[in-house]
Amino acid sequence: MSLLEIQDLSIKYGKTAVVEQLGFSMSCGEAVGLVGESGSGKSQTALAVMGLLPRQAHVSGSIRFAGTELLGAPQQKLDQLRARRIGIVFQDPMQALNPYLRIGRQLREILVRHKLAKGGDIDRRVIEMLTRVGLADAARQFRAFPHQLSGGMRQRVMLASALIAEPELLIADEPTTALDVTVQAQILELLEEIRDETALLLITHDLGVVAGHCERMVVLKSGRVVDAGATTSLFASPGHAHTRVLLDAAPRIDRQDIPPPATGSSILGVEGASVSYEAFGHERLRAVQGISFSLRSGETLAIVGESGSGKTSFVRAMLGLIPMEAGRAVYAGAPLDGPVERRARNQRRDLQLVFQDPVSALNPQMRVQRIIEESLLVHEPQLSRGERAVRVVEALEQVGLDEGFLRRFPHELSGGQAQRVAIARALVLGPRVLICDEAVAALDGSVRERVLKLLQTVQEQTGLAIIFISHDLAVVRSISHRVLVMYMGRLVELADNASLFSHPRHPYTRALIDAVPVPNPVIAPKKAPLAGEVPSLLKPPTGCVFHTRCNYAQQECQIRLPATHDFDGTRVACHRADEIDLT
Amino acid sequence: MRVGKNHAVSVSGSILLLVAALAVVGPWISPHDYVTTDFDRLMLPPSADGAHLFGTDDLGRDLFVRTMLGIRVTLLVAVVASLVSLVIGVAYGAIAGFVGGRIDAAMMRFVDTLYALPFIFFVILLMVAFERNFLLIFVAIGAVNWLDMARIVRGQTLSLREREFVEAARLTGVSTGRIILRHIAPNLMGIVIVYVTLTIPQAILVESFLSFLGLGVQEPQTSLGALVDTGVNQMEGAAWALLIPAGLLAAILMCFNFLGDGLRDVFDARQVE
Repeated sequence: MSLLEIQDLSIKYGKTAVVEQLGFSMSCGEAVGLVGESGSGKSQTALAVMGLLPRQAHVSGSIRFAGTELLGAPQQKLDQLRARRIGIVFQDPMQALNPYLRIGRQLREILVRHKLAKGGDIDRRVIEMLTRVGLADAARQFRAFPHQLSGGMRQRVMLASALIAEPELLIADEPTTALDVTVQAQILELLEEIRDETALLLITHDLGVVAGHCERMVVLKSGRVVDAGATTSLFASPGHAHTRVLLDAAPRIDRQDIPPPATGSSILGVEGASVSYEAFGHERLRAVQGISFSLRSGETLAIVGESGSGKTSFVRAMLGLIPMEAGRAVYAGAPLDGPVERRARNQRRDLQLVFQDPVSALNPQMRVQRIIEESLLVHEPQLSRGERAVRVVEALEQVGLDEGFLRRFPHELSGGQAQRVAIARALVLGPRVLICDEAVAALDGSVRERVLKLLQTVQEQTGLAIIFISHDLAVVRSISHRVLVMYMGRLVELADNASLFSHPRHPYTRALIDAVPVPNPVIAPKKAPLAGEVPSLLKPPTGCVFHTRCNYAQQECQIRLPATHDFDGTRVACHRADEIDLT
Repeated sequence: MRVGKNHAVSVSGSILLLVAALAVVGPWISPHDYVTTDFDRLMLPPSADGAHLFGTDDLGRDLFVRTMLGIRVTLLVAVVASLVSLVIGVAYGAIAGFVGGRIDAAMMRFVDTLYALPFIFFVILLMVAFERNFLLIFVAIGAVNWLDMARIVRGQTLSLREREFVEAARLTGVSTGRIILRHIAPNLMGIVIVYVTLTIPQAILVESFLSFLGLGVQEPQTSLGALVDTGVNQMEGAAWALLIPAGLLAAILMCFNFLGDGLRDVFDARQVE
């Protein structure tokens, strides 16, 4: 008998159907990946199984769990199933944990509620569970509040709370999307370990995750199942065109067709850039220290690193949004300094930024036309209204939109359209350097692919230089000419695309590459390459900042900060770069 | 805008418009005026057929005309006082919030100081210094109301200033004045409109309170608060003299509150979409 059987499930809000006649089943101990782009109904399905849909949702069909019909079942019955026999992990652990309760208390509740343990046994089991999900020093963390833990630790706690009652089914809704790749690898490894006892329904947009961890996959599109089957066979021969589209859009770190090195002349140089913030107690938080590089026109330089590595702080300082503490940046022979308001006109025209979240980067009260033409009003006031309109339409067409969008407000655009409008705004002045701060991170696979293509086309046509900040190495692999790796505010490695991925010289670079899930079910996922998380910037480790997580660390690494060495074009900050082989 | 689709907004809005229109037109079409006393017709009860729709008071004046006049005065005080608080509060708050730093700190400490003034004491002081004067009521109410508005607008501006679309504008070189005017101000509109509709009832209450204490509008002029005050004295013989203005006052207050709540929903909905 199957553990979970969904038949003809439809979910409607008013007249809009978000899920239509969806059906699939899972047997005990099986791992199934539910994949699709945003809005395909993945999360709605999970909520329906848990009986957590909002009141206004209209549900029909059948969801049977171990022979029991869940749809229309009395609340009391659902209460007995949830947390006890079905566990769930959501994307954002901060939302799912109660900030006012110590985590131990939140886990105890489940055992007490379902009468699974008594007296002193309760705390013992909670601590046991926390230890099992890899929470270091669980007996002490038992008394911690959620905000005292890092994102990865909180997700472990969520997992512990989902698993503590030893459920038969675990539903994980994008459990690693909000985490860094290195932490994602740790959490996925954990999910793999519990697989012996528990069936897993993994909801994700990341085909790399599905390839490594699910035996079967179900592909959704606009609320319908379009494809289902064994992961290996679907990857080899998709049953539906949409699966093909998703597979093609998945960025692959193992791809071979990478951009050749750029040959333009150097237009931007940065030397020893440092940024620090005042933290509480008059300590200084050193977010960026001594970053140097140069950028050619027509070149894409990617800056990668875990969150907190100082990528964003660095570009904000370079652009003059926050002060640069030390070091200097030179654009076209003239220094970039002072706050952005006091910079030369040509610098403000030639350096443009695209933000991660297009929705907050566009003024909600302005129409697309006004958003794009605003910078023209500043920099080319001599244009007549008609000439401006022509330039705005040109910019829109450059990003693949048409004049039909001119009169729209940002809330009338999809995420991908909004990001293209933001790019059009940045391109309308014909900048020389475009800085993209996680500009494609919030976009669905196929949309992301289109935006990246677009950037490459513009670059080929105009010789635009791009600084591409990203945490996603697979995307970086496909678009960049050179890659700069940062860790805790410092440059760790700077190399061209081909040699960085084939011959990484720094252990951290190697770890980042290994942590990326490969969308190929034939390749077994690697072990999580890095333990633990980034240390606090307020108390950085002595010596090499990476030595606390490095598998190659020696005594010297704990004492002395490594200098930056040069190896045929690659710059590496590691004491042992010349002796260890990471290929 | 979906103002029309929100029932709270459309219903309370139309009631308010109707009352305001009646207050303007009523005294014209009535055969009576608000000062003439008639000692043959003291404290007459309301009658639909007779000439006195709302009855008369203890001096034989027509209460319908006086009530309409009272509504005019009350609404006028409320709207003018709210406009004063709107103009001063928004400008002050937006500047403090956008400029930030020490100027912001100094400006907001001045607001704190004004907050610390005991309001009634302040009004009595004004009355003593300048004699009783209709204008003083505007000044007194406006002087207090703009403080709240300034604080709200400043808080909102502080968070808007950090938003990415403002940074994008700074990066391309849009001037500070233009950023405030085109990026900050339009995004403040929602909260400001909602807050104004919620300060109007506050201003009405304060005016009624002052008039009830005898510190507000002076005879033979009147306001809803003053009418309630005289109505209280005649409560035993002529309950209508209290109930009608008190009921109207309550209805107007409720309408403004519903309007404010409804508008907040309308603007929230736009944010969510």
